[in-house]
Amino acid sequence: MAKVEKITLSPEQKLIERKRKLTRIKKDKWIYLLLLPGALFFILFKFVPMWGVLIAFKDYYAGINFWMAPWVGFSNFTDFFTDSDFLRLFKNTLIISGMNLVFFFPLPIILSLFLNEMKIQWYKKAVQTLVYVPHFVSMVVICSITFMLVKTPSIDGFTGGALYEIMKRLTGQSINVLDTPSNIYWVLLIQNIWKETGWGTVIFLAALAGVDMEQYEAAIVDGANRWQQMFYITFPAITSTIITMFILRMGAVLDTGFEQIILMQNDLNKTTSETFDTYVYNVGRVDGNYGYSTAVGLFKSIISIICIQSANFLAKRHGQAGLF
Amino acid sequence: MLTYKRKTIGEIIGDVIIYAVLTVLAITMVIPFLYVIAASFATETEILTRPLFIIPETVTVDAYKRIFDLNDYGTRVFQSLGVSVGVTLVGTLASLFFTTTMAYGLSRRNLVGRNIMLNCVLFTMVFSGGMIPTFLVVKGLGLYDTYAALILPGVISAYNMLISKNFFQELPAGLEEAASIDGCTDLGIFVKIALPLSLPMLATFGLFYAVGYWNNYFGALLYLESQEKYPFTLILRNIVFMAQAAEADPNVELPQETLKMAIIVVGTVPILIVYPFLQKHFAAGVMVGAIKG
Repeated sequence: MAKVEKITLSPEQKLIERKRKLTRIKKDKWIYLLLLPGALFFILFKFVPMWGVLIAFKDYYAGINFWMAPWVGFSNFTDFFTDSDFLRLFKNTLIISGMNLVFFFPLPIILSLFLNEMKIQWYKKAVQTLVYVPHFVSMVVICSITFMLVKTPSIDGFTGGALYEIMKRLTGQSINVLDTPSNIYWVLLIQNIWKETGWGTVIFLAALAGVDMEQYEAAIVDGANRWQQMFYITFPAITSTIITMFILRMGAVLDTGFEQIILMQNDLNKTTSETFDTYVYNVGRVDGNYGYSTAVGLFKSIISIICIQSANFLAKRHGQAGLF
Repeated sequence: MLTYKRKTIGEIIGDVIIYAVLTVLAITMVIPFLYVIAASFATETEILTRPLFIIPETVTVDAYKRIFDLNDYGTRVFQSLGVSVGVTLVGTLASLFFTTTMAYGLSRRNLVGRNIMLNCVLFTMVFSGGMIPTFLVVKGLGLYDTYAALILPGVISAYNMLISKNFFQELPAGLEEAASIDGCTDLGIFVKIALPLSLPMLATFGLFYAVGYWNNYFGALLYLESQEKYPFTLILRNIVFMAQAAEADPNVELPQETLKMAIIVVGTVPILIVYPFLQKHFAAGVMVGAIKG
């Protein structure tokens, strides 16, 4: 009997529930008004472009009407996968990303462990102030300064940039770094280290600020030396942050950044400096091949989602918090 | 820390190494900037003969005279600085407006549809339509080659918005209740109570947005066509990297090295001016945990 009653009452309950919701919505009308500008932004500039990825399946380029462009199925994708550019882009992107992961990723961690050892507070502050600066400077400025530092002498007998001179003295050769394809990876890596190592420590130092000082005192009483303290107290305190940052890094493995590479790119180093992001720009925005370059971008986005999900899954499986 | 235990020799050596390494590192990171500033005040000959210096032998402001001379580079420089300053001011205000209104709305826990909206925002952080579809939307809206294109497509950073949402959520609920009993509408509560209480947060995000707008290069490259609308970053790029592009054209006069240095300095100085304020507000902006919840 009770069961039947429940079923018969259900539509009424639903109605009441719906009415309640409506009154709540009415009551919150000002809140919805506040949400409106932000919602419009997300719809227009985030969700409409998501729907716009459909042009990846069209033969659509600059100068023709979007609605007239013929549907071509997966041919943009098959064109891309069979193109010789594909492997080159993949290789460049993975090399740039991989070098960042191997050489750059550990640096902020090491630097924050070192900073944490500095007990003279004003000195520590001063060091932090200096190493954070490059992060806030425009990529255009970073690249321009690089340009000035590695430039070759404009006229024989004059000096080149400081880094050019150093390399010349070390190797005995006159190297035009930016025009040599194999060097561009190192240029990008060093720029990245210069710009982001200092800033990268902020998040680890925030985690370290939460460590209870008594832990160190207890360890000292137990006779732990500095390295032991670092290894058994400081480092474990930031492991979860390291894993979080690692997941983020893995999820962004195909994101090599756009501004930096497009600024350092020239015709001579393009074979090694072209990555997914710059390729999408060069083929889509510069050459106007919208459909094809959207396909390339979509491919990249999908791989990225797979990367971040699997990194997150792995982190969770190993007992870490994961991201979401 | 523990004064009763004297440092061992090993610890002292460790200290010396740590302090030495970090000092060298910190100086290395800023030397390129110091060099550029010094070189902008040096003579052309000095730049061409000394690879690195931080104090010029002869100090001259000729380069600055040229870049601010209206008959020389001045027109382009002032025009683009005007664009950059305008976009930074308007953009920062717009960003704060869009970010806080949405964040405040989403901070209401019992709002109908809140979870759907939050999930949508989170989704945009992992997946995006990409450069070209976004470009086509901007074009379709008639924003191509307008200043609005430098602001609107990135007016909200989802990350900043979620952090401010969490901030508003932490505000004591009693204040809002009291205000609504006194007959204040939600709009009034937002303007008169929530915003004044979040001034430090507004300052933080304002500064971060402002730096972003000032430094923005990508947006201008993607969405602008007319040279006279270029912000300073594009002019900077054009002048410094001109040597490469001009190799093909012998008629173009190459800008002097001092001039390039001075242009770089002009692009960096505003950042250095706000830097002390920025530094105060670091920690608030970088809580990754804030994404959750």
